[in-house]
Amino acid sequence: MRGIFRTLARPFTETAGLARWMLVAGVILTGFFVVCAVFAPWVAPYGFAQSSAHGVQFPKLGHPSSDHWFGTDRLFFDVLSRVIWGARTALEVVILSIFVCVVLGVPLGIVSGFYGGWLDRILVLVMDALYAFPSFLLAIVFSFLLTNLLGGTVLAVSLSLSVIYIPQYFRVVRNTTLSAKEATYVEAARAIGASDFAIMRRYLFGNVIQSVPVLGTLNAADAILTLAGLGFLGLGIQSTDAAEWGHDLNRALADAGGGVWWTGLYPGLAIVLLVTGLTLVGEGLNETLNPTLRRRRLLPVIMPPRESATPQHEEPS
Amino acid sequence: MARAGSGSLPRYILQRILLVIPMIWVILTLVFVVLRVAPGDPVSAALGGKLNPQALEQRRQALGFNRPLIAQYWDYLSSVMHLDFGTTFSDNQPVLRVIRDNGGATLSLTLSAFVIALVVGIPLGLVAGRYRDSVSDVVIRLFGIISYAAPIFFVGFLLQVYVAEPLGLPTSGDASPITIFEVKPRTHILLFDVFLSGNGTAIEDVLKHLLLPAVTLGLLICGVFIRLVRVNMLMTMQADYVEAAEARGIQRGKVTWRHAFRNALVPVITVVGLQFALLLGGAVLTETTFNWPGLGQKLVFYINNRDYGAVQGIVTVFAIAVVLISVLVDIINALIDPRVRF
Amino acid sequence: MTIDLTDQPVTSLPQEPVISARDVRVWYGTTRGAIRAVDGVSFDLAPGETLGLVGESGCGKSTLGRGLMGLLPDGAKRDGEVLFRGQDIFKLSPKAAYRLRGAELGMIFQEPLTRLNPLMRISQHFEETIKQHEPRLSKDEIRDRALEVLRLMGIPPTRYRSYPHEFSGGMRQRLMIALALVLRPAFVVADEPTTALDVLVEAQIVQILNDLRRNFQTSLLLITHNVGIVAEACDRVAVMYAGRIVEQGKVADVFKNPQHPYTRELLRSTISLSTTGLHYIEGAPPDLVDPPDGCRFHPRCPEAMNVCASKNPVNLERPGGGRVECWLVGPEDEIPADGKQPLKQQELTVADEA
Repeated sequence: MRGIFRTLARPFTETAGLARWMLVAGVILTGFFVVCAVFAPWVAPYGFAQSSAHGVQFPKLGHPSSDHWFGTDRLFFDVLSRVIWGARTALEVVILSIFVCVVLGVPLGIVSGFYGGWLDRILVLVMDALYAFPSFLLAIVFSFLLTNLLGGTVLAVSLSLSVIYIPQYFRVVRNTTLSAKEATYVEAARAIGASDFAIMRRYLFGNVIQSVPVLGTLNAADAILTLAGLGFLGLGIQSTDAAEWGHDLNRALADAGGGVWWTGLYPGLAIVLLVTGLTLVGEGLNETLNPTLRRRRLLPVIMPPRESATPQHEEPS
Repeated sequence: MARAGSGSLPRYILQRILLVIPMIWVILTLVFVVLRVAPGDPVSAALGGKLNPQALEQRRQALGFNRPLIAQYWDYLSSVMHLDFGTTFSDNQPVLRVIRDNGGATLSLTLSAFVIALVVGIPLGLVAGRYRDSVSDVVIRLFGIISYAAPIFFVGFLLQVYVAEPLGLPTSGDASPITIFEVKPRTHILLFDVFLSGNGTAIEDVLKHLLLPAVTLGLLICGVFIRLVRVNMLMTMQADYVEAAEARGIQRGKVTWRHAFRNALVPVITVVGLQFALLLGGAVLTETTFNWPGLGQKLVFYINNRDYGAVQGIVTVFAIAVVLISVLVDIINALIDPRVRF
Repeated sequence: MTIDLTDQPVTSLPQEPVISARDVRVWYGTTRGAIRAVDGVSFDLAPGETLGLVGESGCGKSTLGRGLMGLLPDGAKRDGEVLFRGQDIFKLSPKAAYRLRGAELGMIFQEPLTRLNPLMRISQHFEETIKQHEPRLSKDEIRDRALEVLRLMGIPPTRYRSYPHEFSGGMRQRLMIALALVLRPAFVVADEPTTALDVLVEAQIVQILNDLRRNFQTSLLLITHNVGIVAEACDRVAVMYAGRIVEQGKVADVFKNPQHPYTRELLRSTISLSTTGLHYIEGAPPDLVDPPDGCRFHPRCPEAMNVCASKNPVNLERPGGGRVECWLVGPEDEIPADGKQPLKQQELTVADEA
């Protein structure tokens, strides 16, 4: 048990200077939003589609006030509540999409790397093509297709996101598998007759799973941006289904002309802060895990004074 | 200078160009498959509410959606070969015309953004990598992260609220109506045409309109460049030949420039070129935010109208553009790095 | 490869030594504590003389070479006194010390492939180096200088404008040597120059290094773990173990009459045509963060005595000239009563051997 904690703490204890601060700052920022997401019903003053309280309707485009710290928008919704509920939406979508990515991408990568041959070549071709394609365009196209099928739900958007990111997981996992399967212990396992599935599960999986956290974190950052982008274009989640920061910014843009800044500033800041937090965590992790980039905390060298036992400057012999 | 090195460059270029064909074929297949994934046929989806069943059936036949899938696939491939990207459903225009009319705006936007990102991002990344963990490194990295984290439409929003007004910069469209009227569409790329026309006020007008959107989009990519260049710089600084140069007493500044910077940039060129894909995605958002009359905005319009034909055509064009850019990048890479040609 | 023990004459001229090192220490900072890679090393080097520095991996020989050049990583500290032509280079400001590199102090590295900038032609490498230290030379003069030293290395002028990757490993090392010598530095450190090369190429490089003294009058510190090379190319040899030089002297003398048990073991482990069984030294080099008390070799020494485990051996003059630090050699009067009893060695477990 203690071993696990020590491994988890290693990025913090062994790094020096900036990498550590980045990690800490990132964790705090991300943690803050996670808390908002998890405790939204209790933390948010109002519901995300709530336009009145106690029989009194909220003002339309009301300035920030003591009742509405972040003001209200043109649909009479409280901006602060929508920002907090938005955290929940963002996290739901991102977690779901990463889950799908891992569940699909990792096994595909392992199987493809392990067996090679036609399957591998086809998969690599498809994944590379998907990867080369502009990810946001792909997201747009897929959400266009999936919303036809599933409507503008969290599920549809998550799946669209998964499609973009699966190639990355596939690639990384496949590469790790390719190198891991050459290991001698795998050869030994085969020699004693272990089934392919057992080999994959026992040896390759553990190796491969190590690269997932960094990828996942950086992916999450990108996913939130893509989600917001889709929402901004009106392709994602609708206002009344859930709160979504990008969608709110779309409406805010129209308000900008009238000098209304609070409907856009707060959702926008939320996106910036959460994505920054996730990126800091991802980059911090990357710096600590990548040995060439790691800056270790070196203990200073203190030399005791010299005791000269050698005779000074005699002729060379 | 007899050595074979420079001789294989033309051969390498030829190889890369030939490789384009299978790549494009794969992408086209992908586009085709992806767009046929949804159930029902595209025509009903687009026009179901607007036409009666008879007209719908006629349309379907005319556009070939009744034919077996393989035949449709073949039609699609062969028409692309003839540079025929289909017709839009909603307004019955050939997609090619849509591209001609709107592609120029997207091109000038993405190119300008790319240049801004390069000019700002690469030097910042080099400095950050060279002076690791210094104050400048921290500031530059934070800037890079935040510029990536701030969505285009948010930056656009902030610029429109806080910058555009005081500075009197336009936030919509790529030129004022007068300019559009006055400038002759020769290349169909407004940015080039306006320079060709030599009309001073028109040029100023176009540039003013271009400024905010290009900066917004450029900032996004800038963050990516900073990160890439910095990491490469870090690794290059640790390279053996850098140490060897220092062992020969080469001035530190020269070592940084000649050995570290230049070598750090080489792998970056490839990746930087591939960011073009990122730019295209960002272009869609930027055009929507600033009402920029480009292909991205058109794409969103057609998507909201469920116009499969247009979507398929525009997406195809984007895909081909990405492939061509990647080939171009490879060739540039070969020009710079002599090792690649072998 | 047999060990050639014919006497190699040193270039005569009784002069001041080029390098005179006293009590040099180089310690690395780590997350655990300081690694005492070089812990009190002293030697002299005459002009035109080649000193071979041998030892196992991890004994500190590479660190010593780098420490002299000033090529140490962050967190490393160096101490001691190194007189180069009478001036203590350890006391110089970093800038002044940096200026010595290339023109006065040169370095030849181990892996020639990665030591050349892949994007720069060989000509550019030379131009950069020569221009740095002699900025007033014209382009033609620079080229002539470079071609001359390349010719001495056996590289034809037609290859002058090629890129590094167009050369084979052996040629690249010759390029590195040429580059290090083009400015005629008085002192050159060669850090395992042939380890990364195959045997045939190695022989060529050794020959070049051998000719160095004749062609360039350079003093060379040749760092290697290959005893055979030392026999072929060096005038004197210094045997290093766990951060200290345990024995140094004329090559012929040290190899014929090794005074230190480690030197004996090292020579015995060398393979030649007359080898019938493999000999190796039990155990592994000690942890340099916390070296053993007394003589650092005592845990692995087949002839260790009680005193070896408690008191540091004294640095004395060898019978044939040179220095050695070993209680077996003396000084007698500093060894306590039962110090001469053979040391009860601890059982070396398999783990220690690894």
